[in-house]
Amino acid sequence: MKYETVIGLEVHVELATKSKIFCSCSAHSFGADPNDHVCPACCGMPGMLPVVNKRVVDFGMKAGMMLNCDINRVTTFDKKSYYYPDLPAAYQTTQWFAPVAVNGLVEIETSKGKKGIRIKQIHMEEDAGKLVHDIREDTTHVDFNRTSVPLIEIVSQPDLSSAEEVEAYLERLKSLLRYAKVAECEMAHGTMRCDVNLSVRPEGSDKLGVRAEMKNMNSIEAIKRAIDYEVARHIDAIENGTEELRQETRRWDDIKGKSYAMRTKETAGDYRYFPDPNVMPVVIDDEWFDSIKASLPEFPEVKKAKYMELGLSEYDATRLSESIAIAECFEDALSVCGNAKEAANWVISEVTRVLNAKGMSYEMLTLDGKVLGKLINLVLESKVSRANAKKILDAMFEDPELDPIKYAEENDLVMSNDTGLVDKVIAEVIAGDAKAVADFKGGKDKALMALFGKCMKQLKGNVDPATLRTMLIDAINKL
Amino acid sequence: MYNVKIDCSVAKKVIADDMILTKGVATTAGSKMLEGFMSLFTSEALVRLEEKGYGLVGKAKVGEFGFDLLGETAVNGALTADGVLKLAAAEAVLANEADVALTMDINGSVRRAAAQTGLVSVKPTYGTVSRYGTIPVACSGETVSLMAKNVADVKDALAAVAGHDPKDGTSLPDSMYVTDAATPKRIAVLTDMLANVNADVKAKVDSAVAALKADGIEVVEVTNDKIAAAKVAWNILMSAELCNNVSRYDGVKFGYRTPNFTNLDELYMNSRTEGFGELLKTAILFGSETLSTDNYMKVYDKALRIRRVVVEEFKRLFQEFDAVLMPACSTLEYTVDAVNNDKYMAFNENFYTAPASISGLPAVVAGGVQLVGKAFSEDKLFTLAEKLEKEGK
Repeated sequence: MKYETVIGLEVHVELATKSKIFCSCSAHSFGADPNDHVCPACCGMPGMLPVVNKRVVDFGMKAGMMLNCDINRVTTFDKKSYYYPDLPAAYQTTQWFAPVAVNGLVEIETSKGKKGIRIKQIHMEEDAGKLVHDIREDTTHVDFNRTSVPLIEIVSQPDLSSAEEVEAYLERLKSLLRYAKVAECEMAHGTMRCDVNLSVRPEGSDKLGVRAEMKNMNSIEAIKRAIDYEVARHIDAIENGTEELRQETRRWDDIKGKSYAMRTKETAGDYRYFPDPNVMPVVIDDEWFDSIKASLPEFPEVKKAKYMELGLSEYDATRLSESIAIAECFEDALSVCGNAKEAANWVISEVTRVLNAKGMSYEMLTLDGKVLGKLINLVLESKVSRANAKKILDAMFEDPELDPIKYAEENDLVMSNDTGLVDKVIAEVIAGDAKAVADFKGGKDKALMALFGKCMKQLKGNVDPATLRTMLIDAINKL
Repeated sequence: MYNVKIDCSVAKKVIADDMILTKGVATTAGSKMLEGFMSLFTSEALVRLEEKGYGLVGKAKVGEFGFDLLGETAVNGALTADGVLKLAAAEAVLANEADVALTMDINGSVRRAAAQTGLVSVKPTYGTVSRYGTIPVACSGETVSLMAKNVADVKDALAAVAGHDPKDGTSLPDSMYVTDAATPKRIAVLTDMLANVNADVKAKVDSAVAALKADGIEVVEVTNDKIAAAKVAWNILMSAELCNNVSRYDGVKFGYRTPNFTNLDELYMNSRTEGFGELLKTAILFGSETLSTDNYMKVYDKALRIRRVVVEEFKRLFQEFDAVLMPACSTLEYTVDAVNNDKYMAFNENFYTAPASISGLPAVVAGGVQLVGKAFSEDKLFTLAEKLEKEGK
């Protein structure tokens, strides 16, 4: 029998606001000591009252609009109760009854073509803290830096049917949310986390199979492996009766490549949701709604089409529009240099080269595209050679304030227009390596490269390679 | 009377009940769970009183988390006199220890105490006084409340604490404080609330009505069984919110931690079992049950709907009347024996106080009776209270 897999995802994304959702503590604790960014409010002390951070609602709305959702004009917060030492008030403030965004649609593209994935809802909520287990002392410490950091949870309908689709969906979410600049979406940093709900049924059946939920998956590769494992397990159970499938939460062990049952539906806690009386309903009036709508970026497809109209290939246009940081760098460079092909080449090959070398993601790009445009102009105007321009680009990554012209002048990277100097260097090099000259004349092209390299070195790269080559050959031929 | 006594030489003295957080002075909420708890900050209401020249003389005992009948569940024992329950904050005012008592009105104990002792108290319109720095129990209806010997003192203290506070998300913007100080002409007496009161309370109501009539106020008897349903709904909402709010006392972060545990579940269970008293546990279990998936729509959601109905019914009455007069309690004294025989009296006696709690409307107690008005009509209620006060003298 043939089977089909039914998958729904719950994706948690940390919003990139400066402060936490209900207090003014910093929401960014990377590199901070434990419990550095805490106050009585996010520690759950009695007597502190939540005051909603408006930016969180801005970002929640923006995310909803990027995912084609309807925005609830009156959105409310609710309390979800459970006991865990990393949850200081023993309740999480979340959105249960009227989430900020509902009924969205995200289009994905896989090897099988395009497909729409429906979004059930996006709700805003606060994150919990972290437990740090100390094996030496056999104790557990609590770090509240992360409590009340704002999150959105994006709940999809069960519209996904393979690991490939899940990957495409997650990449699409990342791209859209990064475009709107509401989130970092870096699974390795924990700013994007994923719960996978999965069941298997005979192909064509309209009845859903028994559902397994895998919590807190934090890499796309692990998710893909877990899905493949679970599908095989479910089919095995259905066909061979190896086990009785139960609705349960499972933990994926990526090292062992296996999933384990954590708790069944019967033993799951009751979260006892109810409206939080301390947070007034948030009313989104037309003015607020319109201002968020107006602040939305162009979608990646729109940018891609625009880039192709500029004469770029579909491949280049796709590469440039994948990431908002890359797209903006390209557009800024283009606005200064006016040459789309050059700007695209510089961004796609050179900027990404430096990023890769530094192990940085596109989103960590701080390079000012306008300065890159200036650098491209220097190359186009033959003021700096391409090789030296790459050196300047490396320096620009170290110092965002760097002015390429000034830097070129100060570091002797300006192309020489002095043909007399070039002639003089060529003459010296030829005179100093008679063997190479003779080899070249005897038909060994490689020998020319040695001479060319020596000249280039003496000229510190400040000459157009094609010009140097022509002048060098001329000089040898004249001998 | 005191949980903590402070030397204070300031002319205007205030006693805060032990639900009001005070930096540097322990706040226990009357519970073993918070014995010796030191808050990192002081409640906004007390800060504002201190800014207006009031000085804190101490922390008054309260029943556990301040939602009982009259302080009977206090961890260090109830305050009693001749076998009768007394509320510490009220006693401090009566004994001239303080001019004003700053208290939390969660389930009406403050209003009951004022009515039984002849003091004046105000439970202001919800959102008028910041709840920042008060121990949360039933957040959707509880308010900071003030009690004193006369209307003028209560009025002064309310003026000092009222006003918007950005630290409280439910604090109303100042633009909404349109006080209604028009001369009251007509009031209603809610007869549903008179059926089960004893003769002493009935006499208080009668003399209040007589005093108001003598002053030219028209008094009309009305009946409204919907407002009378507030008690059941408030018990549901209050217990559910209480259950949620006291979940934070789990032995992990602050408050009492059991020495008897070998794992996390035991730490939670034993800390809470040993740290909380009987009435609180009852409310926790009841509240937890009403919020369960099975019961939410059947119970909690219905209570929210009743709240809406009570608000609407009051609104209808206030189109005709300047205030609704009702008792604040069924008797002018609760004996220790009576409470021992009926541990859940707090869940029944709030029949008289729940309507104002659940609707967020202001309530002023004076002359042994309670006057409930529309939102922001505190001044009007004070005018009526002054007439009752005059009568008392």
